[in-house]
Amino acid sequence: MNHWIIAPVILPALLAPILGFVMRHDITLARAASVAGAVALVAIAVGLTMLAAGGETHVYRLGDWPAPFGIVLVLDRLSALMVLITAVLALIVLLHAVASGWDARGRHFHALFQFQLMGIFGAFLTGDIFNLFVFFEILLIASYGLMIHSGGPQRMRAGLQYVIINLAGSTLFLFALSTLYGVTGTLNIADLALRVQEIPTDEAALIRVAAMLLMIVFAVKAALFPVQFWLPGTYANAPAPVAALFAIMTKVGAYAILRIHTVIFGPGIEATDGLAGTWLFPAAVLTIAVGAFGVMGARRLMPLIAFSVVGSMGTLMIAVSVFTPEATGAALYYLVHSTFAAAALFLIADLIVTRRGADGLSAMPASVQNGLFASLFFAGAIGMAGMPPLSGFLGKLLVLDALRASPQMALAWVAVLLGSLLTIVGFARAGSTLFWKSTALPPEPVPADGAVPAAARPVEVAPTMVAIAVLALLAALAGPVAGYLEGTATQLFDRGGYIGAVLFPQAEG
Amino acid sequence: MEIVVASSVGVLTAGGIYLMLRLRAFPVILGLALLSYAVNVFLFSSGRLAIDMPPILNKYGEASYTDPLPQALVLTAIVISFGMTAVLVMVALGSYIDCEDDRVDMPGGLDGDTGKDDGQ
Repeated sequence: MNHWIIAPVILPALLAPILGFVMRHDITLARAASVAGAVALVAIAVGLTMLAAGGETHVYRLGDWPAPFGIVLVLDRLSALMVLITAVLALIVLLHAVASGWDARGRHFHALFQFQLMGIFGAFLTGDIFNLFVFFEILLIASYGLMIHSGGPQRMRAGLQYVIINLAGSTLFLFALSTLYGVTGTLNIADLALRVQEIPTDEAALIRVAAMLLMIVFAVKAALFPVQFWLPGTYANAPAPVAALFAIMTKVGAYAILRIHTVIFGPGIEATDGLAGTWLFPAAVLTIAVGAFGVMGARRLMPLIAFSVVGSMGTLMIAVSVFTPEATGAALYYLVHSTFAAAALFLIADLIVTRRGADGLSAMPASVQNGLFASLFFAGAIGMAGMPPLSGFLGKLLVLDALRASPQMALAWVAVLLGSLLTIVGFARAGSTLFWKSTALPPEPVPADGAVPAAARPVEVAPTMVAIAVLALLAALAGPVAGYLEGTATQLFDRGGYIGAVLFPQAEG
Repeated sequence: MEIVVASSVGVLTAGGIYLMLRLRAFPVILGLALLSYAVNVFLFSSGRLAIDMPPILNKYGEASYTDPLPQALVLTAIVISFGMTAVLVMVALGSYIDCEDDRVDMPGGLDGDTGKDDGQ
């Protein structure tokens, strides 16, 4: 057993209380410790990815209890990939929050941030479905605190809605889990996979209910139609760095659907054959439509980006809904891309909104560094909308290519392409209003007290640029990355390998 | 026995959902509490209902016992839902104090407020 597998959970879990209790009065110390923790997590994540790249499924048995009886953590290429994305994203977001001073506008930002990371890493690594529920709760309870960080009436109200919708989701999760346990008598994912495939079709009613309940729970997290309605309000009113971190939260839902609905209720399982894909596909198409129309209709910058996140989740899930290794490989590429694209856009929005003082999409006299922000926004927007040369174009191309074999190819292509077109139009309109029309207006007279918004220092812009550089890197290395991700998808669909590694481990020294 | 447990889960869930759909914070909190009671009972019964059985294997008597795992799961679920309810009450209270009413919906929708930076 390799003990590093549990490190991404342990490190933030130990760091967060220290940040909360010991360093709460000294923001400099807390910043240093938090950033050091995030850097260490990136290093650990890189190590785990290299460990998993060999294609072997590593199992960490807590307390060394054998698999169906104890809780296991499972590290395969998919979970290592998700851990790596999260760690890199967390470092970028944290540096932005420190540079822009967001972390000092309320209390306990760093402690909550680390708890959030602990929950996300745990959800990606666990091999037990009840443990998945517990990690979901950890990441949620930390996200409630981050969501209402620094307060304000509008944000508190949006935070209340966010808490309520997620508590309802957690209740549904428990209903699904107990149905699952009532039918199969186990909660270990590998063990569940074994039991579910033995259930004959005529006794499958309950297990199908459980599968669909779980699907709804994960769809709430992934913001799929018809349970996407919470996302725009939440992301638009959250502090911008937190919204950027939340870019990974929708992916937690997508990951859970990928894991549970391939390993347990996957293709070829008699009891639940085709169930997930049948419902996921139309939901994904409608999600793209909601996202695209939202982008067109948004009158503020933050909701505009939030709706583009909804649309990107639709594109991602349309590829997932096919449930083949090729399509899942494409979906994973798009997942990595859309995480960083959304984060980059939220960080840019923060830079712009701080300078302008308001986030309405109306022409105002040009703020300082209009050209710099315009070019950053342009880069983020073409990444999100899916235009060359950034990775969004390649991601969408891979998704379209993977959908070629699907019977609903025509509908899927129309949805993805039309959705992209509307997103491009929405972003182009927003960009021209914000940056172009602004230059036509006469510059604002300097107020009597001389309080003009300060220009962004390089250290404030750097995290955003790194996020965009990740997109460029993803595009430049598209061949090797797509190949690696296709291998990752193949390993995900090798159910026998997963079950064997968890339940029937080879004796080791 | 089964009918009592099943109908209590049903009634609690129905009441919880009804209350959750009100637009005020207090009924919504009560509704979520009812829902969490419902799910706890449901979770408890997922290990089959057994009366007067210990949750451990008895090596002296006959080998009949009730499944201990759902009891552990319920315990976890109770602790989590208790903590979550506390957080919910605090957030609702904060929202009530800041907005001066306890509505759950957003009066102005997404365009309600363009002032972004209210944190300082």
